[in-house]
Amino acid sequence: MHNRVRETGGRLVRMVKRDEIGRGKALAIRAAALLCAMAVGTLLIVALGHQPLAVYMEMLNGSLGSRTVLTETVKIALPLIFCGIAISIAFRMRFWNIGAEGQLLMGGIAATYVALFHYQHLPRPALLLVMALAALAAGALWGLIPALFKARWGTNETLFTLMLNYIALGYIRYLQTGTWRDPRMRGFPKIASFDLSARLPNVLGVHVGWIVMLALVVLAYLYLTRTKSGFEISVVGQSQPTASYIGMNVSRIVMRTMAISGALAGLAGYFQVAGVNYTLTETTAGGIGFTAITVAWLAKLNPILIVPVAFFIAILEKGAGKIQTTFKIPASAADVLTGIILFFMLGCEFFLQYRLIFRAGRKETL
Amino acid sequence: MEQKGATERRGEVAVRMRGITKTFGSRVVANHNAHLEVRWGEILALLGENGSGKTTLMNMLAGIYYPDSGEIEVNGREVSIRSPRDAFELRIGMIHQHFKLVDVLTASENIVLGLPGGVTLNRRAVAARIRAIGEKYGFALDPEKKIYNMSVSEKQTVEIVKALYRGADILVLDEPTAVLTPQEIEKLFAVLRAMREDGKAIIIITHKLGEVLAISDRVTILRKGEYVDTVPTATASVQSLTEGMVGHAVRLEIERPQLPRGEELLRVQNVTCLNADHVCKVKNVSFSAYGGEILGVAGVAGSGQKELCEAVAGIQNVRGGSILFRTGDGYENIVGMKPDVIFEKGVSLAFVPEDRLGMGLVASMDMVDNVMLRSYKAGKGPFVDRRSARRVCQTLIDQLEIVTPGVFTPVRRLSGGNVQKVLLGREIYHHPRVLMVSYPVRGLDINSSYKIYDLLNEQKRRGVAVIFVGEDLDVLMEISDRLMVLCGGEVSGIVDPREVSKDDVGLLMMQAPGKEAADA
Amino acid sequence: MDTLMNLFGAAVLAGTPLLLGMLGEILTQKSGHLNLGLEGTMYMGAAMSLAGAYYYEQWVTAAGGAASGFVACLFATGAAFLIGVLASLLYCFLTATLRADQNVTGLVLAIFGTGFGNFFGELMGIGAGGYVTVGAATKAAFANPAFPSLAALPVVGKLLFGYNWMVYLGVAVALAMAWFLNHTRAGLNLRAVGENPATADAAGIHVTKYKYAATCIGGGISALGGMYISMVNTGGVWVHDCVSGKGWIAVALVIFATWSPARGLFCALIFGGLSIMRMYVPVPGLPMEIYELLPYVATVLVLIFTSIRQSREHAQPRACGTNYFREER
Repeated sequence: MHNRVRETGGRLVRMVKRDEIGRGKALAIRAAALLCAMAVGTLLIVALGHQPLAVYMEMLNGSLGSRTVLTETVKIALPLIFCGIAISIAFRMRFWNIGAEGQLLMGGIAATYVALFHYQHLPRPALLLVMALAALAAGALWGLIPALFKARWGTNETLFTLMLNYIALGYIRYLQTGTWRDPRMRGFPKIASFDLSARLPNVLGVHVGWIVMLALVVLAYLYLTRTKSGFEISVVGQSQPTASYIGMNVSRIVMRTMAISGALAGLAGYFQVAGVNYTLTETTAGGIGFTAITVAWLAKLNPILIVPVAFFIAILEKGAGKIQTTFKIPASAADVLTGIILFFMLGCEFFLQYRLIFRAGRKETL
Repeated sequence: MEQKGATERRGEVAVRMRGITKTFGSRVVANHNAHLEVRWGEILALLGENGSGKTTLMNMLAGIYYPDSGEIEVNGREVSIRSPRDAFELRIGMIHQHFKLVDVLTASENIVLGLPGGVTLNRRAVAARIRAIGEKYGFALDPEKKIYNMSVSEKQTVEIVKALYRGADILVLDEPTAVLTPQEIEKLFAVLRAMREDGKAIIIITHKLGEVLAISDRVTILRKGEYVDTVPTATASVQSLTEGMVGHAVRLEIERPQLPRGEELLRVQNVTCLNADHVCKVKNVSFSAYGGEILGVAGVAGSGQKELCEAVAGIQNVRGGSILFRTGDGYENIVGMKPDVIFEKGVSLAFVPEDRLGMGLVASMDMVDNVMLRSYKAGKGPFVDRRSARRVCQTLIDQLEIVTPGVFTPVRRLSGGNVQKVLLGREIYHHPRVLMVSYPVRGLDINSSYKIYDLLNEQKRRGVAVIFVGEDLDVLMEISDRLMVLCGGEVSGIVDPREVSKDDVGLLMMQAPGKEAADA
Repeated sequence: MDTLMNLFGAAVLAGTPLLLGMLGEILTQKSGHLNLGLEGTMYMGAAMSLAGAYYYEQWVTAAGGAASGFVACLFATGAAFLIGVLASLLYCFLTATLRADQNVTGLVLAIFGTGFGNFFGELMGIGAGGYVTVGAATKAAFANPAFPSLAALPVVGKLLFGYNWMVYLGVAVALAMAWFLNHTRAGLNLRAVGENPATADAAGIHVTKYKYAATCIGGGISALGGMYISMVNTGGVWVHDCVSGKGWIAVALVIFATWSPARGLFCALIFGGLSIMRMYVPVPGLPMEIYELLPYVATVLVLIFTSIRQSREHAQPRACGTNYFREER
């Protein structure tokens, strides 16, 4: 067979690495991906036999429609922002901390301990402060454990942090059936509600955590982009050999960073127990740690972008709760929708880096 | 499809490549209108500088890449080679510079990889065929040995057997001598000559002129991806080949300024290192480095060069011995200290590691951040000082003629030569007293290489103790004031390169000190 | 002695979903792809197998017939395997073709799959007016011993032949995979792809084809682990959050089994035992809620232990976690 090499080269589609991509174009590609994701979501709704527009309107209505639901939405977004920042800090170091859930719970446990057993001993501001410090410390500790093993022996942190989630959850189960069980609940295993002095005050209908959040977003952004430790996190994340070559103490950086990450997640737990639930339950975390991973990723690990993304996800979640009651669509729809959006966002990264060149046809000569 | 006997077709054209063009991305043109022709029973040298597109051109013959345009003929028939499998079917085999072997598999498993055949593997039959090939050309190979237990030259043997096992008649070898000792090179050449006698067509990619003259029948020269010329080796000289390769006359000697030896700046005593797998990589090594001299370090790849450098730089854990740096009026033993502590002790050591983008620099970061790596801790307060790093960048760009779109371009986008200039520039910016460079010109074209040699000599003139770990023995012999030879992690000799021959050094590279010959 | 035999039997039953999940992940990782989405794949398999059996039953009943347990098994298996393949196809398309980060893609699949499983599980429940459950014939087909006549033998009968058919499927898959990886050409090629794709490519192996095949079949096998959970563990009823970390434990077991399907059999048995030990070996003074954490704690210990003593032979395939592209430069 006299196969001649085709003048135009072989394949119908060829991909070429982009050198640089303009901001506008990058934004357009991302927006297109988001639209595609929404389109798939719409198809899903149609397949379930509902009016997509009605469902979407109901979601918006149920999450932003009134002052009451709006504050609920903000309350969903807040822990997502705290945990999202916690996760971003770890992920920038390419430390796959998927244990924010457990770190949040440990923070909640520590704060609850102070609230339940020391509320009589301290004046209110001191009590709230000690609760916060306890939560920070407990979260940091829970983040530090896998970091220690990662730094020393390279133990897989993804699975380690994840297992610690289940362990923290099991510990809460033990506490509420065992030593911390509220005797007034008779047979029902539940931890008592906090004393009024251990509850955070509200500002504009939401606990004060949102003010802390605003400060934290700015601080985290500065920390990651402008400080020496932030620079160290980037270097360790991008190239560990370079970090040790330059003389960075990689183990110390890994542990420090994970302590910070865990502490922030622990702080989220503090705000959950002291500002939202006023007690500790098995559902205190309720998947926040996982959803925050998607938040962090969609925000490209940028603390400032985390805020709008977290609100977007919070609207989805609150809206999904609403459509469950109105349309009998299970609330897990929110997870399915975020999953679809994430898949499209992951896929579109490719088109930000590569250009596809299509050919009209192939010249075939003998 | 009948195949002519090997001797009948001798002298006929085996492969003809015409007008081959290949681009990567939108800007990198690896080959433009390149030609090549090799006949049965001949060895063709494909000569060109680093980055001249030799390997890319051959990868298109091996089916790794597919040309954008151009024609390939094998045995007079036009063919289209779309995959390595197509190449095997045309009896083309390529031995890549970075061996394409799976470490955890055995030699025979590597050899049969990807071959068609029955569902299960008949290991005994495979081993028998491997032995038969070995006997024919004079190799020894244990089919059941794992690759990670092999030396470099054993691995190369596996690669060659792998090609022959697949029935290759057209063999392409990419820089096969880069990692061998002079003696191993002779052995390889004997095998290649045996194959030529057998009527095979052989292409050897190289940038070493001595080898071109020693082994090849004809030479094809590429420059910047384009075809320059093909000449019979008998009519070529080192000077004519170099001019063809570079495009203009170049000086071929490397300068070796004569300076009085300065004071001892580094003293390494009985140093022993283990790697992560607890294998001893550096055994009882002792040497000194003096200001105003270049200490060359030679050895077969993997003889402990990397570990020794990293030990001196404070990255590698040291098992025993001491590493003393001159600080002021005394010596400081830095064993057990991290690089930042070493720096704080007043030891000014600069180290250019062999893995530039993986260790020396952060590939995804821009030049400012990469330059800042060395100094980011400077200054009070928690914030980094990017402004002064930026000024340093500008100085380096001006002084070293670094070509970059800007200081905020990720360094991985720069060419190999410019990457090395950023790294070396950063390391010498702080006026070190000891400068350690590992394979500083690997992958660089001739012009960039000479610029690097000049920079090293300039440091030497300033009284810096330069330690130069290299692989090209010719270069090491020319530039070093003293040459230390490593073998199996031990020092097998420290010699004056002006007084010994290349063969002497080659012997040292293969000889552990205990088994030293009487006259060495 | 009785306790020990009971414990063994229960360990086998509890270990099988871990085994199937782990085997799928071993095959996937052998191709150089770390799929952290196992938990999600298992959720999807759990929900879809239930859907397969349930809607088959509905269909037959609506047509006036009686549902056969055997056919229900076929539908459930087919549906679970198919959704596992589809989930992995998506994962592989994103990582192998669109070059997305393997860690992140796996995490997204885990989140998506968990949502997907619970969503469809509950949706079926809403459709069935309360909760979804399969008929008696199907339940029996999944619960009864696969070899009733052999199971009647004294001692060995109960110990070796008293299990449902999925247990034997798991063992068969493990043995077949061990043979495939160690004795076939395709197995050798797959190992090469996972260790060093550039080498495999140069040796003429179609790397992408192997990656897609291994991840997709691996995903299908893992999804069968999910099917075991919804059809055997919960008896054909959808229980919210039923997989509850078994997928993640299975990923960890891959490390424990050092990427060997045969060793995986023992690892799954051990972890199956750990997860139900509290019902057979009471420890005085240890609260049940803490005892329940045993498999998670054991996983952590295994992770630490294996990371301390690493060896070159029994290590993760080298290319795991990084994507391969030929014309990269």
